[in-house]
Amino acid sequence: MNLNLDFSVVLERWPSLLDGAMVTLQLACIATVAGGAIGILCAIGRRSGPPVVAALCEIYVEGIRNTPLLVQIFLVYFGLASIGLQLSAMTVAALALTINVGAYTTEIVRAGFESINKGQIEAGQGLGLSPAQVYWHVILLPAIERVYPSLTSQFVLLMLASSVTSQISAEELTAVANYIQSDTYRAFETYIVVALIYVVLSLVMRAGFFGIGQLIFPRRRRLGTPL
Amino acid sequence: MGGSLNLNHLLFLLQGAGWTVVLSVLALVGGGILGFAVALCRVSASRAVRLVSGGYVQLIQGTPLLVIMFLTYFGLPAIGFRISPLAAAGASLTIYVGAYLGEIWRGAIQSVPRPQWEAAEGLALSRTQRMTRVILPQAVRIATPPTVGFFVQIIKNTSLASVVGFVELARSGQIINNSLFEPFLIYSIIAVIYFVLCYPLSRLSRRLERRAGQGRGQTLAPA
Amino acid sequence: MSPAPTSATGQDPAVRLSDVHKSFGTNKVLDGVSFDVPRGSVTTIIGRSGSGKSTALRCIDRFERIDRGEITVCGHRVHEPSLDLRALRLDVGIVFQSYNLFPHLTVEENIILAPTAVKKMPKAEARELARRVLAQVGLEEKLHAYPEQLSGGQQQRGAIARSLAMQPKVMLFDEVTSALDPELTGEVLKVIEQLAADGMTMVLVTHEMAFARGIADQVVFMHRGKVHEIGPAAILSSPATQELAQFVGTGL
Repeated sequence: MNLNLDFSVVLERWPSLLDGAMVTLQLACIATVAGGAIGILCAIGRRSGPPVVAALCEIYVEGIRNTPLLVQIFLVYFGLASIGLQLSAMTVAALALTINVGAYTTEIVRAGFESINKGQIEAGQGLGLSPAQVYWHVILLPAIERVYPSLTSQFVLLMLASSVTSQISAEELTAVANYIQSDTYRAFETYIVVALIYVVLSLVMRAGFFGIGQLIFPRRRRLGTPL
Repeated sequence: MGGSLNLNHLLFLLQGAGWTVVLSVLALVGGGILGFAVALCRVSASRAVRLVSGGYVQLIQGTPLLVIMFLTYFGLPAIGFRISPLAAAGASLTIYVGAYLGEIWRGAIQSVPRPQWEAAEGLALSRTQRMTRVILPQAVRIATPPTVGFFVQIIKNTSLASVVGFVELARSGQIINNSLFEPFLIYSIIAVIYFVLCYPLSRLSRRLERRAGQGRGQTLAPA
Repeated sequence: MSPAPTSATGQDPAVRLSDVHKSFGTNKVLDGVSFDVPRGSVTTIIGRSGSGKSTALRCIDRFERIDRGEITVCGHRVHEPSLDLRALRLDVGIVFQSYNLFPHLTVEENIILAPTAVKKMPKAEARELARRVLAQVGLEEKLHAYPEQLSGGQQQRGAIARSLAMQPKVMLFDEVTSALDPELTGEVLKVIEQLAADGMTMVLVTHEMAFARGIADQVVFMHRGKVHEIGPAAILSSPATQELAQFVGTGL
């Protein structure tokens, strides 16, 4: 046994660790924005689209939710390659994560839609709002506000899951860690440090989402209660 | 790059799928035991116990499973503990699943209505008796749908054991691919097998949830 | 109390139902319902639950489509497929049993939403309007409150104000006090009485018999999907049919 731990050789590499952390955050942000948009669109498609669209959205959601992210990443990676598209590892990673989180977002937003009762919609119609206005003001906005906590937890989980993209050599935090540990032979210390960086990143994301929530939901800011 | 996909390859994949199931059940049992302890600690009367268990949950829920895998498989040998791929994967998943199931079950325990706790107290039951006779039986019913849902996450998460060399479904696919080099085809087959394992459980979880009358979607943890 | 206009003025009624039929599946809910609501008058629809009274009201604002018959509301031919739904709902305001204020918006935002989104009213003007209609229902001080911060009675008054802000020609009230605690119904009924005094054309479905008697120019008693008895409020004191007598007698 050899318990003389030496974190200094790992901490010396802080510039690469910082780079990796930034790439991880970048991946998370891209996938959150793009996947969030896809999720909202698919939730609308499932609720109000023609049967074919609704079915396609459902197949997408169930397909993604019932297969591992690792396999999805390889499928995107090799699928694009097989049709002759040679994209960078970063692009493939962002794409796969977007597709993945889009399905989870769909499911969460759909639950939000289901929580809007019929009376609310009738009240909007009774005021003369057009179907699109009812959708926006009475269904979508309150639904998003209601599921915002679940959505943001999902986005934090996505950031953590982005570590899997190290398997196609996206240069994010876990890939940096693999490189450092093979270089320093300090696997234990490296992964401890990296685990803590991930913990910090998730705290940063949660704080960020809290701030955004305060900014875009005035009701939440004033009352602090769930909708 | 020899040959094309044949029956032997498929049998090899199914064998991998078998190990995926074994590892999933292992993780559910191990993580379940740990998670049960965590849930009880999280509602403990002692503040210190609540804090420590809460810290554990926060720490694990802030760390990717893949990093935990690397830490046990590459990190432990580096400080002198030899560990097999199965043990490393099993231990990592147990630690990981324990934190998430602990949270799910804590939520279930705490969502047993307040009057039930008070009624049990009014009957002069001890704290242990209140837990085992009154609260837990009700909590189990509340916790069943999300637990089944989380088992789907566990199955998917076992795919990460492939990166530490444990030959489950995803790793079997990689091995076959090394000789056939038909990655898109092979990963498609693997995806279908995962889907066949997971989808019925997802459906079951949703049905249980609907029957329990709580319309909350179980949407934890990608990966 | 607004004077009941006589039919001799030659004016079209605000609302006219003629021989309206409506079924949900095999369940016949409206079975040849006809009545007029003259402009500036108050009609209350009473009857047991399941008598079709709420359905009749919802048909007027086209929340239900009728199977047969005709409904005309302020010149809009509601039964026709070509109906301009938006124009109808500009002329008709409806208030529901469950208030249905939008929970993510303040009272003011609830009120200005439709005027700004539908009528394209400038925001400042809509805010001024919100202040006015809230004063009308006695809720000025709750301008910036969220619905969850209000009592049921206050929420319902807010919903009435929201509807008033669209300056409808006809207002429909669907059991607006049924979800309220008894001590809160009074404040809502007072607001409705004031509207009646101001000459608003109104149709109310209600369980409050004393209120129905006090406010109505016309009472419609529905029984098994038909208008069983119709007339001035006095019919409640001297029912012509056994069913109405029984209904009034039980107080429900």
